[in-house]
Amino acid sequence: MGSTLQEAKDRLIEDFSMFDEWLDKYEYLIDLGKNLQPYPEEKKTEDRLIKGCQSRVWMDWRLEDGRIYFTADSDAIITRGIISMLISVYSGRTAAEIAADDFSFIDRIGLRENLSPTRTNGLLSMISTIRSVAQNNI
Amino acid sequence: MDIQKIRNQFPELSEKVYGKSLVYFDNAATSLKPVSVIDKWLKMSEKYNANIHRAVHYTATVATDEFEAARDRVKDFLNAPSRDGIVFTSGTTASINLVAYSFGEAFIHEGDEVLVTEAEHHSDIVPWQMLCERKGAVLKVAGVDDDGYIDLESFKKLCGGRVRIAAVTHVSNVLGIVNPVKEMVRICHEAGIPVLVDGAQGIVHEKVDVQEMDCDFYAFSGHKMYAAAGTGVLYGKKKWLELMPPYMGGGEMIETVRFSGTTYAKPPGKFEAGTQNISGVPTFVPAIEMLESLNGGDSLAYGEAVNEYLADSLSADERIRVFGVPRRTEDKIPLFSFAVDGVHHEDLALLLDKMGIAVRSGQMCAEPLMDRFGVTGMLRVSLLPYNTMEEAEYFIKSLDKAILMLS
Repeated sequence: MGSTLQEAKDRLIEDFSMFDEWLDKYEYLIDLGKNLQPYPEEKKTEDRLIKGCQSRVWMDWRLEDGRIYFTADSDAIITRGIISMLISVYSGRTAAEIAADDFSFIDRIGLRENLSPTRTNGLLSMISTIRSVAQNNI
Repeated sequence: MDIQKIRNQFPELSEKVYGKSLVYFDNAATSLKPVSVIDKWLKMSEKYNANIHRAVHYTATVATDEFEAARDRVKDFLNAPSRDGIVFTSGTTASINLVAYSFGEAFIHEGDEVLVTEAEHHSDIVPWQMLCERKGAVLKVAGVDDDGYIDLESFKKLCGGRVRIAAVTHVSNVLGIVNPVKEMVRICHEAGIPVLVDGAQGIVHEKVDVQEMDCDFYAFSGHKMYAAAGTGVLYGKKKWLELMPPYMGGGEMIETVRFSGTTYAKPPGKFEAGTQNISGVPTFVPAIEMLESLNGGDSLAYGEAVNEYLADSLSADERIRVFGVPRRTEDKIPLFSFAVDGVHHEDLALLLDKMGIAVRSGQMCAEPLMDRFGVTGMLRVSLLPYNTMEEAEYFIKSLDKAILMLS
């Protein structure tokens, strides 16, 4: 990773601040979505499916040397972009680091109010999964 | 015809979303409201708010008259034989639940069957499933073919045995195909089976004459046909409404109440327990006036041209698969559900939203139909006569842009 959790968040906030139009922000999210690390097909199982999203989202994680690594996938590309953002910020951090974060950068990017409620629900479900994985591993 | 004159009557059409003019293509979910309907609702709330049917004072009389005038208007609109066959509800869902409960209580027993089709909205599936669970009855399902038409042969075969009621949609909210309900009613009646028709979409686009259709029940919502939200109608044949027990107990639905026992009012009062939607129901009058003026004359031809343009543009695009393919143009309402190869419906809906276009995405309360066509969801555009050719062209251009962004 190299950067800290804070640095990763700041970078995303800066990236998003470059676009005035929401369509451009979506274009950026789509790009992130297209470049998301591949997620193994065999891990697209019912128990890894996150509830509360209109599109389907699967999330998996592993603990390695005290750090949590997340992988995830979705059948919708904008959701994949959001996953990519969340992974760049939270994957490879310690459980304590993640649990201490307030996830407010989502609001600073303006994601929450610019996504439909159904999509926001999906976002919230993803965040709560990341958070509970962290809390269970402290 | 001056389409702008029509549009001026719908204030929401002048709204901007994200700085762009709103293109409202989600009419099958709910229609926009004309000024006449908004004014009626405001007047009923501002000046004549009083509870109906009970008090003798002036405003209560006005409110009652307005409410009952709506019943007369709906009766004429449907060509129902009697105003007593018009029950006001909160919407199509409430109307269907009323029948599933009340008819079910009186006439469905263990081992009986209820017949629905694969084209039904969840609102015309789940109440019957609940009834079947309650009574130990069995739900039978007639399929739809690849074009989205109900398979009449399979429907016919299922009509018989222990089927006690059939529930069929006039027009599917996903496929937009107008089903031959008159013929289906005839088939059912030959087998002695009463029929409920889900008219949520049908009432908006098709001329409905319940006597000609001969259906036993016709259920629809006000909010999809320009009237206030939270209003709905159940038309029922007198013989059934009289035999069916009440759905809810409470004020207004009674004749006399004693602790030793209560007797019930005659229909429709028997099914209108509690305070009704007293500000909303009177809006049926201006709403029906609007519907009748928009569904005839010049706007009909204009709407057909817009419809044809959309149908041609979508079906000519090789990336797009449209569901509900009409064999004759009159078999389809201006509603198009489709999937785009390799592109998720929700991504498309999000991008179109930012372009100012309101469409519907997802399963559209019809999961069995999604399974039938092997998709996890669809994108749906649905139009009303206030939509323009310019909007349709802008939509097709925007859709192309969105697909290119996503592929």
